[in-house]
Amino acid sequence: METPTWQESVFRALKAARVSVVGYVPDAGHAHLIKSAHADPEIDTVVLTTEEEGIALSAGAWLGGKRSVMLMQSSGVGNCINMLSLPVTCRMPFFTLVTMRGEWGEFNPWQVPMGTATPHVLTQAGVHVRRADHADDVAEMVGASAALAFDSHIPVAVLFSQRLIGAKVFVK
Amino acid sequence: MSETKRNDGTLDRREAVSVLLRDPGDLLVVTGLGAATYDVGVLGDRDQNFYLWGAMGGTAMIGLGLALAQPKKRVLVVTGDGEMLMGMGSLASVAAAKAPNLAIAVLDNARFGETGSQHSHTGLTTDLEAVAAACGWTATATARDMAEVEALRSRLRAEPLFAVIRIAPDEKPRFIPPRDGAFVTERFRRALGIVEN
Ligand SMILES: Cc1ncc(C[n+]2csc(CCOP(=O)(O)OP(=O)(O)O)c2C)c(N)n1
Ligand SMILES: [Mg+2]
Repeated sequence: METPTWQESVFRALKAARVSVVGYVPDAGHAHLIKSAHADPEIDTVVLTTEEEGIALSAGAWLGGKRSVMLMQSSGVGNCINMLSLPVTCRMPFFTLVTMRGEWGEFNPWQVPMGTATPHVLTQAGVHVRRADHADDVAEMVGASAALAFDSHIPVAVLFSQRLIGAKVFVK
Repeated sequence: MSETKRNDGTLDRREAVSVLLRDPGDLLVVTGLGAATYDVGVLGDRDQNFYLWGAMGGTAMIGLGLALAQPKKRVLVVTGDGEMLMGMGSLASVAAAKAPNLAIAVLDNARFGETGSQHSHTGLTTDLEAVAAACGWTATATARDMAEVEALRSRLRAEPLFAVIRIAPDEKPRFIPPRDGAFVTERFRRALGIVEN
């Protein structure tokens, strides 16, 4: 799989933000980040069975003095809602990068409901939502959003638009 | 399918937890919502206790994040069977992450005690120790008497151990440790010497 350079720069932005724990439920759009995280000896990279685990993982890491990020796709946001009470109640940072599905050239109708709901449910659950649409400013947005989360102790999600990632091709 | 109810446990939950946490030193303790939080809190509030009052299903993963961030410290998760069942997938995630400094003790009354003592899956068909073993936990145990609890005390501070403690279903008086999550978080981090990061 060829890797767009913006994904390299996102990984560098996470490193610059001193992120050293990465939790993920795989999404093809995060494949490069997941691979880079696993290859980095300074990062503990944790595969999750469901996205809410990543919120609890991040909270534990924060309690122990480490910064973390959770990688998921928009359908996973629906698995998170009650667990988001943890960072909100404890005034902890939570930082997640969400690859969007169901919004741009989507082939799979099952992705549309959560894709549509994602920014709204995150906002309602107390998460600050940013959206990256362009390859040339995504790394800067990740860096600034990480600072917002970790310095102001709030939950922040950056949505990577489906246009940015490229719609998944089902019929090749 | 027929309902196979296993025998209820007999251990006094407060007595069992007081043995597990005797002379805690700098053990980092994360407690699952409800009775586990009360059982740990009643032994005396500590800066190194992180009490949950919600986030049901998340206790083991909080323990994992903490264990990864503090590899030189021991982390003990104390939680109920209902809380552990809600986060059953985390038994797989924790085992796969192989943190050597994390142990879990499940206070198993085979009930959702907090909500009216409805039977949980551990009183019906599920064996949590076997689930943990199947998820890849290499050290697992079930304690049914106080001598076995006593033996778990040191193992839980030395091994990545998953232990089930078969407690009696009767409820204890509530004890209310701090429930301001922001306060408990900041206090916990300060106790570890973390000021800003
Ligand atoms: C997401 C969620 N679902 C349901 C509840 C209600 N609830 C609170 S405690 C509890 C059961 C706890 O059972 P267990 O962990 O076995 O503790 P016990 O009281 O039996 O020791 C439930 C279902 C909740 N707080 N959060
Ligand atoms: Mg119970």
